[in-house]
Amino acid sequence: MLARRVIPCLDVDKGRVVKGTKFLNLTDEGDPAELAERYAHEGADEIVFLDITAAHERRGTMLEVVRRTASRAFVPLTVGGGVRSVEEMRDVLRAGADKVSFNTAAVAEPALLTACAKRFGSQAVVCAIDARRLPREDCAQQRWEVVTHGGRRRTDLDAIEWATRAVALGAGELLVTSMDRDGTRSGFDTELLAEIATRVRVPVIASGGAAGPADFVTAVRDGKADAVLAASIFHRRMFSVADVKAAMAAAGLPVRRIEEQTA
Amino acid sequence: MSGPIRVAVLDYGAANMVSITKALAAVGADVVVAAEPSEMAGVDAIVVPGVGAAGSAMEHLRERGLLEPLRDWIRAGRPCLGICLGFQILFDSSDEGGGVETLGLLAGRTVALEEAPTLPHIGWNSVEAARPHPLFDGVPAGSYFYFVHSFAPAPADESVVIARTTHGRPFASAVAQGSLFGLQFHPEKSSEAGLRVLSNFVGLVAARRPPGSVAAPAAGEVA
Repeated sequence: MLARRVIPCLDVDKGRVVKGTKFLNLTDEGDPAELAERYAHEGADEIVFLDITAAHERRGTMLEVVRRTASRAFVPLTVGGGVRSVEEMRDVLRAGADKVSFNTAAVAEPALLTACAKRFGSQAVVCAIDARRLPREDCAQQRWEVVTHGGRRRTDLDAIEWATRAVALGAGELLVTSMDRDGTRSGFDTELLAEIATRVRVPVIASGGAAGPADFVTAVRDGKADAVLAASIFHRRMFSVADVKAAMAAAGLPVRRIEEQTA
Repeated sequence: MSGPIRVAVLDYGAANMVSITKALAAVGADVVVAAEPSEMAGVDAIVVPGVGAAGSAMEHLRERGLLEPLRDWIRAGRPCLGICLGFQILFDSSDEGGGVETLGLLAGRTVALEEAPTLPHIGWNSVEAARPHPLFDGVPAGSYFYFVHSFAPAPADESVVIARTTHGRPFASAVAQGSLFGLQFHPEKSSEAGLRVLSNFVGLVAARRPPGSVAAPAAGEVA
């Protein structure tokens, strides 16, 4: 049975893991390859690197990070942020990544999803969707709007429509982040997740709002998510990947437990 | 005493060569990346990795002159491991992209996983032994491995199937026929369990290496 995945996400700036609040007050938290390896040993099913390096400072540092990580952490690796062309995606994959996640670039140029899926297969193309709740008018259905540039820019795109369109264009997976919940530790937006997950056949990764292991359970059970991503609760060592998986297993969800693997 | 097992990983444009070469090196193999037939010289085994589409994989193998040497190698009964797409193209044909003729070294056809609840089949799924096989020595029953695919081979001869996985329906996730092995999952992305399978593969190659055949020393090609 297909396990529900637990995915730690690492923000990477100029080749170092950073953490901060809304891209401010960044502090150096160490080497991405080392942290990724640690997470892999703790049972992470996949690692996501989010490159937040400013465009003008990018000079292949991320490729070197990917290369070093893929040489020592034998789990799937996804890179998001800063990839804007088929050629750039090819370089990231050749460095050892398995998937590339497109967010703002896909909204700006939807055909990029198709071009990359044609070249590398849809399994390697993740569409990341940052969504924000729109004010709900009486009796109207709840709607979500796609936002880009880390939530700073509105798009007028309906998040549910964009999700189904992204899949039609070639995305093999959707990474859905609730910008209302991101960084708030108030739990995932399960309503948003379920709206998308019940409309697409590709796996949906839940993101934004994890406070503890119980949220991972609801993201899967109520949000119908196939995988759950989180950053700060793992970085700050509030919970380990194993803690989260123990809670998911206790709730009857299929997970890959590391202690069963290394008997 | 013989040297370490030398393994050629075929580079036919499949995207990620880093993980497979590093994983094989991690289990003690001398790894050579072979993008042309001459680079296969002196190796003990060939690994056919792969992500992508069957049609373009066959095209690239042909363009690089690797297709016939690979077929000859397997027909001669020499050790080979196909991974994911590299596993699927060992069969007669694939339905992917409207149908394509593949290597024809294992009988059967690669078909879509139509009944699957989610496609592509992405993630960790459990692998159940169909029969005991040394490739899975030391791997606990029902261990999880990492899969990324939408198609899976249907072997005509069920006796080659050594493990199955279920996603919508059961499919062959590992096969063995003599010294030819195929895995639908990615051992190089399957953490400790995957490294164990690769280590078992290298061990099987070592056990089958003809006596007295010592691999030529690695000449700067080690990845």
